Amino acid sequence: MFEVIINGQKTIIREESSVLRALTGEGIQVPSFCYDERFINRHFPEETDCGLCVVEIDGKLEKSCSTVISDGMVILSDSDKVIERRKSILEKIIEDHPLDCIVCDKAGGCKLQDYCYEYGIEKSSNSCLEALPVDGSSPFFSIDPNKCIACGKCVKVCGYLQNTNILFLTETNGKRHVAVNGETLRESACGSCGNCVSVCPVGALLPKGISGTRADRWKTETVQTTCCYCGVGCQIDLKVAENKILGAGPAASGPNDGLLCVKGKFGYKFIGHSDRLKTPLIRQNGQLTEATWDEAYALITEKISGLMASDGPEAFAGLTSARCTNEENYLFQKLFRTVIGTNNIDHCARL
Amino acid sequence: MTNGIEDVENAEVIFVIGSNPRENHPVIGAKIKEAKRNGARLIIADPRKIDLSNESDLFVQLKLGTNIALINGMIHVIIEEGLEDKEYIETHTENYRNLKAVVEKYTPEHVAPICGVKADEIREMARIYASGRASIFYAMGITQHKTGTNGVISLSNLAQVCGNIGVKGGGINPLRGQNNVQGACDMGGLPDVLTGSQDYTNPGVKQLFEEEWGTKIPQKPGLTIPEIMDGACSNTIKCLFIMGENPMLSDPDMNHIRHALDSLDFLIVQDIFLTETAERAHVVLPARAFAEKDGTFTNTERRVQRVRKAVDGPGESREDWLILMELMNRLGQDRKYAHPGEIMDEIARVTPQYRGISYERIAKAGLQWPVPHKEHMGTPILHANGPIRGKGYFCAVEYEPSAEQVSANFPYLLTNGRNLYHYHTRTMTGRVKELNEKSPCSYVEINPITLRKLGFEDGAKVKITSARGHITTRVKAYEGIMEELFFMPFHFADGAANVLTGTNLDEKCGIPELKVSAVNIEPAFA
Repeated sequence: MFEVIINGQKTIIREESSVLRALTGEGIQVPSFCYDERFINRHFPEETDCGLCVVEIDGKLEKSCSTVISDGMVILSDSDKVIERRKSILEKIIEDHPLDCIVCDKAGGCKLQDYCYEYGIEKSSNSCLEALPVDGSSPFFSIDPNKCIACGKCVKVCGYLQNTNILFLTETNGKRHVAVNGETLRESACGSCGNCVSVCPVGALLPKGISGTRADRWKTETVQTTCCYCGVGCQIDLKVAENKILGAGPAASGPNDGLLCVKGKFGYKFIGHSDRLKTPLIRQNGQLTEATWDEAYALITEKISGLMASDGPEAFAGLTSARCTNEENYLFQKLFRTVIGTNNIDHCARL
Repeated sequence: MTNGIEDVENAEVIFVIGSNPRENHPVIGAKIKEAKRNGARLIIADPRKIDLSNESDLFVQLKLGTNIALINGMIHVIIEEGLEDKEYIETHTENYRNLKAVVEKYTPEHVAPICGVKADEIREMARIYASGRASIFYAMGITQHKTGTNGVISLSNLAQVCGNIGVKGGGINPLRGQNNVQGACDMGGLPDVLTGSQDYTNPGVKQLFEEEWGTKIPQKPGLTIPEIMDGACSNTIKCLFIMGENPMLSDPDMNHIRHALDSLDFLIVQDIFLTETAERAHVVLPARAFAEKDGTFTNTERRVQRVRKAVDGPGESREDWLILMELMNRLGQDRKYAHPGEIMDEIARVTPQYRGISYERIAKAGLQWPVPHKEHMGTPILHANGPIRGKGYFCAVEYEPSAEQVSANFPYLLTNGRNLYHYHTRTMTGRVKELNEKSPCSYVEINPITLRKLGFEDGAKVKITSARGHITTRVKAYEGIMEELFFMPFHFADGAANVLTGTNLDEKCGIPELKVSAVNIEPAFA
């Protein structure tokens, strides 16, 4: 138990943690590009930090992410000195960052944009030349090193959480930026999981194929659900606007601990595919033809009743589905065991 | 899984057999890799080199279908060298003497030629497995064999011999291939049990369900998929209702399945796309994808988690539960549900493992069953207070060769699996252009040495024939596959692996021997 003073308020912090975590626990938002809870007990050969989480502790400016809370600390989370330091960090980043926010697909979801707005970074001596080549060789996402702010998050996630280890930080003409082990993503050992994309706070790592949907960014909703592919049960946040899924990312909770694979991250695009079945179909003269629900239900009940009368319940069988929900599977077997009266129910768990 | 996904980090030894987690369960694959980096020892047995093999302490490339010989050999070494957990065996198990007697002849020297690995490697594998708290991960490479059930039993014997049951970092962990295969089993989507594996002939169970459902429940044992398909062919099954499955591509022996489906008087298919199976239906019902409905899935670690509606479905498509409720109502069951949460409440009433589950309780995070009551926080590790049945039973099993063997006409063995970029029959992933770009078409992996012997170039178009049928596909040279063995992903309709697979079944559970097919290979001329 630690007794500290936060912004003039005496506060009890129950567990040992970083100052950042303690402040967040007290409902105080601390800005950061590089902070990730999952990095806390992991060790990295190269520590990177953005410095933006700076706060004033006993009169001195300290990084709140790497300072451990201790008894009697006097913490100011947004003193003038703190604000001034954060502003200077943001100004420094902006100096070397492309300012094409008007057309950048990250706009609306960009931390750099949000913080610059919040801290009133109105002008900068921007001298970004955008000289570094963009890696567009993956079908799933692109890497634009010009937009990289070298927070190191993607490198840590790729190397130490996903354990693929194909990203690293390097320096070109004085600019620190992300790079790929191998010529390009396509030639690298990248498994396209996109976990680097999910953690990138800016537009350096961006999913492809979202252009034209950017305007909806500001009005997207997030719906947490469970991935529909393998049995891991990853928790996914679907980004939704106007009845369309615009993207997917790992939810912060769940068995996946903030990771997804290529199918979970990018494989949602079948949902709105034009091949989707849109009406019931009934076979007529050998051809499947569009029908109404009433026609389909009527035909099914008529056929089932007829075959029940002529052949009995054992002439029926049902294959339920490892892809459907528990509730649907439950109703399916209930349908067979009650109104039809047979145990002829199976599914592909046997395969 | 007896243990949870989070528990991977507690294992001191990880044994992966018949499973390729980096491609098929990538997030668990990542966790295994991290555990290895943090000091866990990693041992792998597979006929095909997998991504994890590169950093394993020992990778044993065993012959197809010889899992049980290897595992019995490991148990033999563990007992011979006194590495077993005597206290656990004494306190928590029974029939150990029988196991000991059966594995006695499985000396490494006896097993080595069966598995095609060195005797010393078997010794080393056993020693590593017994060197610390060990967790076993397996998948269809164990189960899709004629002796699939025995394969699982032998892994259970191995885990019990070393006391790796009911403890952190231990366990027997099947990695389930589909989002809700665990749940579909839990919900009684099987011919021999009701929800929560309850036996419908048990009077108490029967009464519970008959009271909840307000009707008598059938007592005659139901048919399994292979029996249903045979029944369709012989016209004893006349009406088949398939919800969300594509047996045309996913089941063995495609020509047989086609014949079965085409023999039916009435085929109803409920799906989101016009699959190869739906194309043969009399009625097709347009259903909803996971993001278009509410419900729950139960993952491989028994965690019941929410599925939430994010968008509306296309056109006239309807939520699957609404379709089923409507049909049930029209056929005379008048129970109505306003929301899937009410269905879960009914499930909880009749299912001991789900009794404590409600949508309210799993709103933030899922719970791992058994959840016996509404205050219970779930069960991350099974058998933690000793084996659930009282004593862990050693059921000794013998190695038996695969039913399918090479012959003069079919001199090579073919196995199959998935790749990273596709899922099952590609109904979904085949419609994601980026995934198709990464993996566009059917291929067969062949070792370059075998390839040279056969006189084929990498990329050559070949015809592969089994006793069931033939397909054409392209050669992909891969050093990681055993010589004389072929591997194909089963995702593709064009060049479909399941045209070739056979219908030899495991006698205990009816799983087909999908992983072993004898084939011939010839050049294919366009």
